[in-house]
Amino acid sequence: MSQQQRTAPLSVAIGAIASIRSGIFPAIAIAFSGIGGGGRFAIAIGVGLASILIGTGVSYLGWRRKTYTIGEQDIRVESGLLSRSARSVPYERIQDVSLEANPLPRLFGLVAVKFETGAGGGEDMSLQYLTNGEGERLRQLVRERREEEQAAQAVTSASADPAAPTPARASEGEVLFAMGAWRLVRFGLFEFSLAVFAVLFGALQYVDNVVDIWNVDKWYIWLKQQGSTVATLGPYVQAAGAIAGVIVLVVVGMASGIVRTFLRDWGFTLTRSARGFRRQRGLFTRTDVVMPVHRVQGLVIGTGLLRYRFGWHGLSFVSLAQDAGSESHVVAPFARMDEIAPIVAAAGFRLPDAATRWQRASKRQRTDKAIGDALGFVLAAIPVAIFAQPGLVLIPLGMAVVAVGANLYAWEFRRFALGETQIYSTTGLLSPTSRIATRLKLHSVEIAQGPLARWRGYATVHLGLAGGTFAIPGVPLADARALRASVLETIAGTDYSRLDAPPAQALSAAQSGFSANLAAT
Amino acid sequence: MDTAPALSPAGLPVDDDGELTRLHPNYAHALRLRTVGLAIPFLVGALALEAVIRKAAVLPPGLIAGTVLVVALALVIRIPQSRYNARGYQISADRLRVVRGLLFRSDTVVPFGRVQHIDVDQGPLDRFFGIATLTLHTAGNHNASVALPGLGEELARDMREEIRAHIRRESL
Repeated sequence: MSQQQRTAPLSVAIGAIASIRSGIFPAIAIAFSGIGGGGRFAIAIGVGLASILIGTGVSYLGWRRKTYTIGEQDIRVESGLLSRSARSVPYERIQDVSLEANPLPRLFGLVAVKFETGAGGGEDMSLQYLTNGEGERLRQLVRERREEEQAAQAVTSASADPAAPTPARASEGEVLFAMGAWRLVRFGLFEFSLAVFAVLFGALQYVDNVVDIWNVDKWYIWLKQQGSTVATLGPYVQAAGAIAGVIVLVVVGMASGIVRTFLRDWGFTLTRSARGFRRQRGLFTRTDVVMPVHRVQGLVIGTGLLRYRFGWHGLSFVSLAQDAGSESHVVAPFARMDEIAPIVAAAGFRLPDAATRWQRASKRQRTDKAIGDALGFVLAAIPVAIFAQPGLVLIPLGMAVVAVGANLYAWEFRRFALGETQIYSTTGLLSPTSRIATRLKLHSVEIAQGPLARWRGYATVHLGLAGGTFAIPGVPLADARALRASVLETIAGTDYSRLDAPPAQALSAAQSGFSANLAAT
Repeated sequence: MDTAPALSPAGLPVDDDGELTRLHPNYAHALRLRTVGLAIPFLVGALALEAVIRKAAVLPPGLIAGTVLVVALALVIRIPQSRYNARGYQISADRLRVVRGLLFRSDTVVPFGRVQHIDVDQGPLDRFFGIATLTLHTAGNHNASVALPGLGEELARDMREEIRAHIRRESL
């Protein structure tokens, strides 16, 4: 078991194909440019072949020099052609093993295996590429190792910590949320995107080498012809043309939204197993992420301007591990509230209900914010009043009135509540966003006040949440103090080391993690 | 040591809005020296400007440099003291409260049970004045590190030991 192993030999083929991709464009460029006169095709082929050979060679050597060892305590990866690096990750620090298959490796039946440790800055260890079976085996192995550890501790520790959430041992792979094709289409409609035009523009620049599209004169003449044709058609046809243009934009935007959604979320399945939540998604790039329940630090329920009108919401988990660059894991991107509720319950959280005692932000803060926002527009109105046409000054003044109205109305939607174990906060007028965090899993409480807030007696409460942010603005100072006192009451009762570990593992984390860290300080 | 360590005995109820402990008096001097360092480039710039526009004789000589000097002096005399007065801390059985900020006040409480690791830093200026900065690191994204500057050297070390002992006690 604990001998050095290599990644799948086929990884070399993928490296070689990648080198073809990077070698082919210079080759084409040489073939179509003036370099070398008549012999340029020979040079082009030579350059292409050389880059492929070098790429394949480097990829082969890289494969030869990359080994991984599955040890008793940890997984070690040694790699590097010239400068060697060896990294070891102990099993107890591996939070989850995720498998990611890009289109090309997928063709060969390979996956990239990532060991997530929760270290910041994308410094996680990964193995590229292993065969599907090997990846699955490795993941299973890591889980078993961790379970063994837990079982060993369960024997030694007499009683589990009652404060920690007891993991409901549900049957393996109970599907919590899945999205079918029809749901994806509807989701895609709301994911309106004009990114396709940026892509088209980029493509045009590429084509530029072959066809001379930046010939301004040619375009100018063409436009003049078209313009004169349009001008002869009369106002109705012009209006029809404009409407047709807008319709095309909307259709293209929606179509690209649907395509993007299909690519990203095809086959979206969220399952709940004994080990935690497991999310699979992706059409070409298939990802498979496991999130242990106790690693979920908080929840964010968001929505969009339009989709909110139709009753759609999205649910994300805030955790220390990062998900494709964003700070939280999307677990239900497009769902009804009654679909979200069971997921929230499975994560050990409770949605606010009728018994939740909501508190509002300070009215003074509302007034100050409305005045502040309106003031910007009023100041902008002054130069307009002096220099522009008389009627134009109404535009910024009107905006100021809108700003005041929006602020007064938005206040109605800004509220927070302190539950027995959780803390809730909702903001947003047109697309409300709710955040839920466990009081126990907060790390610090700060009361921050600017000069205006001090004068008017309110404050922003910043809560230290691992992997995310949680701030409640405009809390009356007395409420802020009461909030802090009661949250701290909860936090100070339990040590960090007992917090993140599942109940059976609490003791081991305490012993291994903290004393080691402290010895180093 | 001028300031006595304000370690309240364990078990007492914690009053977050109670009396703050002042920082080491030398911290005010350190702040003042830092402000002087900040003011010097502006003074040099003003003098250079004087030299340049002397030939043009637009303004009476010494006006710019004089103004800058007066403003700088006022800042050096007033600001560090009020910044020093605005800062304070409160340490109790299981948490540390740090208050800072003249215009933008911030009042942070870190429970010892959430401290990941502890730093005690001393810059050259701090060494000269015999003070140190105690930094508590937490796992939260906001307030990932809470710094408490201007503690007496000994006190900072004592506080670190105290917090450390507390964590170890909780962990075992």
